[in-house]
Amino acid sequence: MGIESTADDFSVGILSFDGKVLANVISAYVPEKGGIHPREAARHHAEVAGKVLAEAFQKAGIKPRDIHVVAFSQGPGLGPCLRTGATAARALASYLGVPLVGVNHCVAHIEIGKLVAGAVDPVTLYVSGGNTIVSAFEAGRYRVFGETLDIAVGNCLDVFAREAGLHEREGMPPGALVEQLASRGQKLIPLPYTVKGMDLSFSGFLTAAVQLLRERKHNLEDLCFSLQEVAFSMLTEVTERALAHTEKPEVLLTGGVAANRRLQSMLESVAEEHNARFCVVPKQYALDNGAMIAWAGILAYQHHVTVPLEKSFVKLKWRLDEVPVPWIGG
Amino acid sequence: MLIKKGAEANLYLEDWHGRRVVVKRRLSKKYRVPKLDKEIRFHRTIHEPQHIHKAKEAGVPTPTIFMIDTVETTIVMEFIEGKQVKQILDDLPSEERQRLCRHIGELIGRLHNHGIIHSDLTTSNMILTPQGRVFFVDFGLSERSMEVEARGVDLHLMKRAFQSTHYRHAKECFDAVIKGYTRVVGDSVAKEVLEKIGEIERRGRYVSER
Repeated sequence: MGIESTADDFSVGILSFDGKVLANVISAYVPEKGGIHPREAARHHAEVAGKVLAEAFQKAGIKPRDIHVVAFSQGPGLGPCLRTGATAARALASYLGVPLVGVNHCVAHIEIGKLVAGAVDPVTLYVSGGNTIVSAFEAGRYRVFGETLDIAVGNCLDVFAREAGLHEREGMPPGALVEQLASRGQKLIPLPYTVKGMDLSFSGFLTAAVQLLRERKHNLEDLCFSLQEVAFSMLTEVTERALAHTEKPEVLLTGGVAANRRLQSMLESVAEEHNARFCVVPKQYALDNGAMIAWAGILAYQHHVTVPLEKSFVKLKWRLDEVPVPWIGG
Repeated sequence: MLIKKGAEANLYLEDWHGRRVVVKRRLSKKYRVPKLDKEIRFHRTIHEPQHIHKAKEAGVPTPTIFMIDTVETTIVMEFIEGKQVKQILDDLPSEERQRLCRHIGELIGRLHNHGIIHSDLTTSNMILTPQGRVFFVDFGLSERSMEVEARGVDLHLMKRAFQSTHYRHAKECFDAVIKGYTRVVGDSVAKEVLEKIGEIERRGRYVSER
C-alpha cells in the first residue's frame, strides 16, 4: 500500500508485488479561492483519510491484514500535508505489524511512469505544480540535469489562470483551462525566455505575463497561447539538451502538466528527432497518486530499504538526486 | 561532417577556404511556433559572436569568428584542436585536476569582471588544447550583466555540472574553481557571489536544510 499526501491530493494505492494496480483512490482538495493553503489541505487529508483507505480496500477486494508493506511519501512537499499522510502510514504499519517504507515523491513519479508507460531508461521531464525537473538515471541515482531555479511551471500556469479569473473546479485544474483558451489563440506575444544551461526560470516570465494581463491590451486566448508556447518551448529545449547529452533511448513525460496536449506534441517531436521513444504517463498515474508510492515502496522493500518508525520523519526538501535507487542494475 | 547534434544547433567540421572550421547552424525546431523559432535563432546567432568577442577582450580564449549568416542562422568559426574538459577531468591526478579547475575559475572571474555571463558553464563547453590553454565555447545562451544574482546563477550552473557529470570529484573541482575565481574578482566580490549561490540553493529545491 502507498499513501500519497505531499500537496493537495490525498491518495491511497494498492499494488501487487508484480506491479498490478488493484486500487488507486485519489481525493483532491479544491481551495475555495487562491492556491493551496498547507494547513487547509492537511485538514482535508485528515478528514478524508479514513474514507479513502476504506474505498481503496474495497476496490482492491482485500482486507487490511493482506497488506505486506506500507509506503508513504516522505518528501519533498508541504509539511502539514506530508505529516498527515505519514501519521496515517505509521499507524497502519504499526497496527498491522508490517514494514514501513519512506518514498521520495519524485522517484515514485518516475518509477510509476516506467511501469505504466513501458519506459526502461528514459530522460524524464517531470512537470507539476511543485516540481519542474529533467532527470535521467546515471551511476546509482536519478541525476538532476535541469530544473527550475525558482517556481514550477505548473505553479506558473495556476497563478496566471487565477490572475485571469479562471475558476478551477474538480476535474478541471487551472492548467486545463489555460490549455482550452490557448487552443483558440494565434498571436504570439513576446515573453521572457529564460534558459540557463539545462535550468529554467519562470518567475520573471510569470511577472511579465501577469503584467500583460493587467494592461488589457491583448485578448486572453492569445495570452494563454503565448504563455504555453514560450514556457513549453523552454521545457522542450532543456529536455532535448538532456537527451542529446545522455543519449538515452526514451523520453518520459509525467506530472500534472503532462496532461497538456501541446506539451506532449512538442516533446514527441524532439524525441522523434533523436530517435528516442516518447512515453507519456496516463493522467491517473501522472497526477499525485498513491499507486506510484506503493510501486516505489515495493521496489525499495524488495531491496531491503525500509524505515524504522522512529526515523520516519518527513523531509520537506528531499532532493531526487539524494536517493539511492538500488533496484536499477548496471 | 556533422560533429555534434546539439539541442539548439548542429556543429559541422568543414573546410572553409583552406581552414578547418566549425560551422554552427541553428536549425529550425518543429516544436516551436515559427515566429518564436525565428526570434530565438536570430537572437542567438547575432549575440553569440558578440559575447565571444567580448570574452576575448576579457582575456578568455574563445574561437575566432569568420562569418555570420543571419538568414541561415549560421556562424563559421575557428576549430579549436583539443579535448573537452569533460572527457579528461575525471582521469587527471588530483593535483592537476585542481590546477585546471583553478584556471577555469580564473577564466570565469575574467568573464564576470567584464560583465559577461556565460549561462551554460559545463565542462563540455571548455576545451583544453595540447598547449595547455583552456578555450570557452558555446556562448549561445550568454548575456551581459554585472549583477551578483546573474553571477551566482552562472557559478551555480558550474557547480551543478560537476555534480551531475563529475560526481566523484564535484566538491574538489568546485572548491578549486572558487579559489581561482576569488583570485581574479577579489575577496569581497567572491564572498558576495558565494553568499548568493547559497541563497539560490535555498530558494530552489537544492538543500534539505533551511
